[in-house]
Amino acid sequence: MTNSQLSPGVVPGRLDADSYGKNFADVAPPLDRHEASVAADRCYFCHDAPCVTACPTSIDIPLFIRQIATGTPEAAALTIFSQNILGGMCARVCPTETLCEGDCVRQTAEGKPVEIGALQRYATDRMMARNAHPFTRAPATGKTVGVVGAGPAGLACAHRLSMLGHDVVIYEARPKPGGLNEYGIAAYKTTGGFAAAEVDWLLQIGGIELIENWQLGRAGDGTLDDLQARHDAVFLGMGLSGVNALRLAGEDMENVTPATDFIAELRQAGDLSALPVGRDVVVIGGGMTAVDAAVQARLLGAENVAIVYRRSRAEMPASLHEQEHALGVGVRIIPNAMPVAIHGNGALREIEFAYTKNGPKGLEKISETFRLKADQCFKAIGQTLGDTPAAVKVAGGKIWVDGAGRTTVPGVWAGGDCAVGGEDLTVTAVAEGRDAALDIHQFLLGG
Amino acid sequence: MADLRSDFIGIKSPNPFWLASAPPTDKAYNVTRAFEAGWGGVVWKTLGSEGPPVVNVNGPRYGVVHGADRRLLGLNNIELITDRPLEVNLREIKQVKRAWPDRALVVSLMVPCDEESWKAILAHVEDTGADGVELNFGCPHGMSERGMGAAVGQVPEYIEMVTRWVKQHSRMPCIVKLTPNITDIRKPAEAAMRGGADAVSLINTINSITSVDLDLFAPEPTIDGKGAHGGYCGPAVKPIALNMVAEIARSEQTRGLPISGIGGVTTWRDAAEFMALGAGNVQVCTAAMTYGFKVVQEMISGLSQYMDEKGFAATSELVGRAVPNVTDWQYLNLNYVTKAVISQEDCIKCGRCHVVCEDTSHQAIAMSEDRVFTVKDEECVACNLCVDVCPVENCISMKTLPQGAIDPRTGEKVGSYANWTTHPNNPMARAAE
Repeated sequence: MTNSQLSPGVVPGRLDADSYGKNFADVAPPLDRHEASVAADRCYFCHDAPCVTACPTSIDIPLFIRQIATGTPEAAALTIFSQNILGGMCARVCPTETLCEGDCVRQTAEGKPVEIGALQRYATDRMMARNAHPFTRAPATGKTVGVVGAGPAGLACAHRLSMLGHDVVIYEARPKPGGLNEYGIAAYKTTGGFAAAEVDWLLQIGGIELIENWQLGRAGDGTLDDLQARHDAVFLGMGLSGVNALRLAGEDMENVTPATDFIAELRQAGDLSALPVGRDVVVIGGGMTAVDAAVQARLLGAENVAIVYRRSRAEMPASLHEQEHALGVGVRIIPNAMPVAIHGNGALREIEFAYTKNGPKGLEKISETFRLKADQCFKAIGQTLGDTPAAVKVAGGKIWVDGAGRTTVPGVWAGGDCAVGGEDLTVTAVAEGRDAALDIHQFLLGG
Repeated sequence: MADLRSDFIGIKSPNPFWLASAPPTDKAYNVTRAFEAGWGGVVWKTLGSEGPPVVNVNGPRYGVVHGADRRLLGLNNIELITDRPLEVNLREIKQVKRAWPDRALVVSLMVPCDEESWKAILAHVEDTGADGVELNFGCPHGMSERGMGAAVGQVPEYIEMVTRWVKQHSRMPCIVKLTPNITDIRKPAEAAMRGGADAVSLINTINSITSVDLDLFAPEPTIDGKGAHGGYCGPAVKPIALNMVAEIARSEQTRGLPISGIGGVTTWRDAAEFMALGAGNVQVCTAAMTYGFKVVQEMISGLSQYMDEKGFAATSELVGRAVPNVTDWQYLNLNYVTKAVISQEDCIKCGRCHVVCEDTSHQAIAMSEDRVFTVKDEECVACNLCVDVCPVENCISMKTLPQGAIDPRTGEKVGSYANWTTHPNNPMARAAE
């Protein structure tokens, strides 16, 4: 089997063996001590710092950077983890350019922010390398909480509840914990099995039981009623398991698949050279998922990869930094075009797009169309809530919660991507899970 | 987390970080914010006698020396003691101490050099419930022109006399704050001890002109075309302060005299260094005036981590630990031979080590055509200049030659410990028996 970039169809092994390792290496290699000290030195230790305001988990960034600057990265890590127990992953995957670093005063002053994400990784890596968990549990309360989903929201919620002395059982539908950290993020952002290692480290606090392959509502597993009968409170953090459809004929062709499936498969692949990828790959959508799928398709050896997005470049949900990364690896970004037909006789051959413009009633197609050669197409036009317990009110496609994360069902909280509010980011999910835990704690103490 | 609780001459505080008597401690508003931020104690800005308070200039009162990236390295001020009425300060001190009983609150004092003035103010301070007093014998500008501050601190006899009055007329612990603007810091410390001081604190600020306006031809900060010297503080003065603290800590006459270390403390590490040289606690001003009160959080977490790593159960285990290793030059081991080593892997080839050695030292670093820099052991006297100027941390290090090895520079074997007192070139050498 000697495939190359030019081999037609969806085939594995397009690259020589060495290239996979190189292509999927750490996209942002960690800072060494000297680099960290130079980077930390640039922080002004702002008062009421804009970076902290921009961080959904409100990490005290000036303090942790000062702690790095004074040679105590472990103290810095404690500052980070006390606000965000998944600070290690967030350091890798946060779109810092639109969050903390985007609001850094040195971005204003010089167009060059303090490297907050890289510094956060420096500190958290050091603490985690010690393989000692820095937090302890409060005396047992005798209360128990069921958490649905071992993604960022569920893990953050479970960890905080455990710290507060409650026992937690996490019910996870997939065979492994981590949620999108494990299944949904580009491999080069979290190398070396970091997502799994982070969960192991988090669970070292104790008091958290993890049940895998358990899906809410699935026969043989259990219902929300079952969980409420078993626990004093329930937190729903199951994320978004569905994907939006293109609603075009031919969508059921073999190589037209959700981008999330491709990303998950890639993350779980033991041998990347065995993973098939098309020669001409088209990704439809404009968010992080689209970019992650497109970039990784290129890195697996696809010759031509295009991201097609129906609105302008500026309106793409993927950050400019992400877009530039995609362009840098040779992905083509075609804005202002939407799919109108899928062509192929059994096997995918082409996708037809119409250009778009902003009309009086919103986005509209114009008569001009074009076709892209495609033997593989990834859909990345948004994810949707999967089956949800009927008693829980859903609004706008997400579980409705109040400011404290409470759903309409007493004793049931929700957070993360499955719930309304905030952007669908790891860091937002962590904040929501953590804050729901604090509210659950109040509820349990009161009740 | 390590136990940072501090007991300094019987004054307890949750950590050894106090704010020094200075602008940050002039009002209840500031001091309350400081306590909220986590400071262990404060020395309230210096009070003067009853009557109309002093006045300050109405132009700039601070001057500064910046390092790269406008980092504040040195700060100079011409502010005087508190310019608020005595009764207002006393009322606020009482109220703050009552609200924060677990924090140290010491009151700095400076009144005219007569017994009655001191007796009067001490009675007022005792009334507030403050934990102690600090005698400001250090302020080098303005007040010294009126016979107070450094004018007292520069005359050991005055220090002793005033300290004695304070101990006579008050049962409060008494800290004497020393001026560095003298030739031998041990003399005022000894005087304070003779007068009965419970502790000394040092250093106060150093006489300074931070810069000159080259258009106005006037020192800065400039007040209507003129400038006066001010008192210099901040990171730039730390080495001077460390030495003075160490001198008092190791002197036979003052050994055991508690010391509150002051001078450029900015991070936990600075504090730990002062404490290792004998300071029981530290006082901070410039770091707070540069970054706000929150800086104390890094000091607390850093010192705590350090103590945990060292296995120190209490700050007292750190205090004075480096004092036995401060010695006189004549006792340094002249048979301790080291050579610079340049890590080629880390070298970024800037050439600074080479040029400073070539131009200003011992011509011991060779430079090849292709910019490879190597140490010539036969020329290297181990002066450390290359290590100090290298922009890459740990790129140049010093290796120690073992005893018995041949030093390529002298051609002689490295011997066992021997110092100047027995060296043959020393005319005063005591003959080795």
